[in-house]
Amino acid sequence: MKSSIPKSQFKNPVINWIDTRLPIFTAANEAVGTEHPTPKNLNYWWNFGSLAGVTLVIMIITGIALAMNYTAHVDHAFDSVERIMRDVNGGWLIRYIHMNGASFFFIVVYIHMARSLYYGSYKAPRELLWILGVVIYLLMMATAFLGYTLPWGQMSFWGATVITNFFSVIPFVGEPIVNWLLGGYTVDNPTLNRFYALHYLLPFVIAGVILLHIVALHRFGSNNPLGIDINNDKDMIPFHPYYTIKDFFGLAVFLAVFCIFVFFLPNFLGHPDNYVPADSMSTPAHIVPEWYLSPFYAILRAVPDKLLGVLAMFGAIGILFILPWLDRSPVRSAHFRPLYKIFYIIFIINMLGLGYLGVQNPEGIYIILGRVCTAWYFIHFLIVMPLLNIIETPMALPKSLSDPIFSSGSSGMAPAASRSKK
Amino acid sequence: MHKLLVILVLCLFPLASFSAGPAVKGETVDWSFNGPFGKFNKSSLQRGLQVYTEVCSSCHSLKYIAYRNLSDLGYNKSEIKAFASNFTVTDGPNDDGEMFERPGMPADHFVSPYPNMNAARAANGGAYPPDLSLITKARGGGADYLYSLLIGYKKPPENLDVREGLYYNKYYSGNLIAMPQPLYGDDVTYADGTKASIEQMASDVTEFLAWAAEPEMEVRKRTGIAAITFLLIMAVLSYLAKQQIWANVKKKQI
Repeated sequence: MKSSIPKSQFKNPVINWIDTRLPIFTAANEAVGTEHPTPKNLNYWWNFGSLAGVTLVIMIITGIALAMNYTAHVDHAFDSVERIMRDVNGGWLIRYIHMNGASFFFIVVYIHMARSLYYGSYKAPRELLWILGVVIYLLMMATAFLGYTLPWGQMSFWGATVITNFFSVIPFVGEPIVNWLLGGYTVDNPTLNRFYALHYLLPFVIAGVILLHIVALHRFGSNNPLGIDINNDKDMIPFHPYYTIKDFFGLAVFLAVFCIFVFFLPNFLGHPDNYVPADSMSTPAHIVPEWYLSPFYAILRAVPDKLLGVLAMFGAIGILFILPWLDRSPVRSAHFRPLYKIFYIIFIINMLGLGYLGVQNPEGIYIILGRVCTAWYFIHFLIVMPLLNIIETPMALPKSLSDPIFSSGSSGMAPAASRSKK
Repeated sequence: MHKLLVILVLCLFPLASFSAGPAVKGETVDWSFNGPFGKFNKSSLQRGLQVYTEVCSSCHSLKYIAYRNLSDLGYNKSEIKAFASNFTVTDGPNDDGEMFERPGMPADHFVSPYPNMNAARAANGGAYPPDLSLITKARGGGADYLYSLLIGYKKPPENLDVREGLYYNKYYSGNLIAMPQPLYGDDVTYADGTKASIEQMASDVTEFLAWAAEPEMEVRKRTGIAAITFLLIMAVLSYLAKQQIWANVKKKQI
């Protein structure tokens, strides 16, 4: 019997029947299966994308379990969290995974972003892939901030107060906007309720943007450590089984490190004040954000003017959106960019410095250091990145992964003009 | 792979500075519950319960702990029932709509010394004695800090003006604390004959409160050892599998 409908390629009759009518297996195979060609030279820095995805799943599953036992009311939130910790079966485990999972989500994503910066993965034609990533990062920061409010400890309350106050700098409509966000004049029960609702919503928005991120990724495939376009098939290997097993190994190592924190240092990344119930009459000695927001808090405090400080803070994230157009160098990988490699290391150190300064008291040398690091953050993106293309001479690029320039082991300096592309 | 671990560790470096909370230079105690295999010392927990009940509980509540939780300390059901019945719990309303008093039961939470925060403030010169259920988690320095604070009541320096209602404490931030010295030595008579020195009582009650803050600690660490062992085996096996699968790929890594 002849059939005009295209049949699925799968051998298993059940899978074949389903896939012919609803090609989810084909889609999965093209996304992470044998039909997804991947450069064969990806190093372990490329593990962090899949780790971020797994972390999101862990966060959503533990989050839903927590939501079943949490009470979003100023009189009961703190108590309900303690009830989860003490009386709910395995509640302490679920909460410690969720609490530390937030930090590890950011660790993974920061490494993922740092990899992209080093290997130039944000450059053409992957600009939208990068921008979608920045959108995910922004949504993560919002979600983390909202979630940190929920236990209703001292740092929850005062952190929410400080951060919502940023919006009061908007001219004319600042105060009404803050009142609208809070559902009142101060952080109170309506605030907690809307933060809870949004904290539950945003992870699914993140999941949606991740889908777009993956669609954009598969348009041109992964970048690679050489940063060159790969045009021949022998430099490509199927995602499965090569990268599925490599990602699985990375996942085991990641989870082991994660477990050290969950089981042995569960409160190392948190602040002791958040085990004190929220009290609107008593301000903690130092209000500090969670570590992952700390660099931007340092930038905020580095600027003496409130409005300009808030603008600098949002600008620091906003600048990431136009990064693909600030960096004009056609060479992607820092491996072939001797100057950029140096500035990249300085940038990373500067970023860690900002993170450190954000949790220190703004006094004495810390104020000056904070301003220097903040200035450098913007200089790096606005001056160094555009300028490098003019003053830097990249090394010669190989034509393919098996180009003899690498087999010989030496990669000599050659003028950019002598590069032959394609 | 070690490169990744180094990076992960490096990422966490700048954090170590604030997670310790306010810098308080105090005593460092080698607690039995420290370390990945740490366990609570049951006789110390029992002595600590006695110190809490006879000294601390006149001002400080312990509301997240129920009498039934005392089974962790090594008490059996009838001992816990007897202990709980020493306390009077307000219950109700009954069928007549009246509140009534009854002896405590294992399911009850520790009875608080004051009916509410305002009553606590009124009885303590405006200072609110915090609930102790989470105290070792809620203070930078944790158990070490609490122990230091309890033994930190010393003679104030000559030039320091100690206002009425405040007390000098070597380890308290700002050195002036609203809590009067709670332990003087021999404040309790230990059933097991241990000498009730200030240090002994401070260490016992700190151990007890560390348990109260993290009653899940022993099972948490046990689970952690199992989980990490499992993951390491999984890592080794998946690494070997990865090596085998990749064996035919000629790698030119840079």
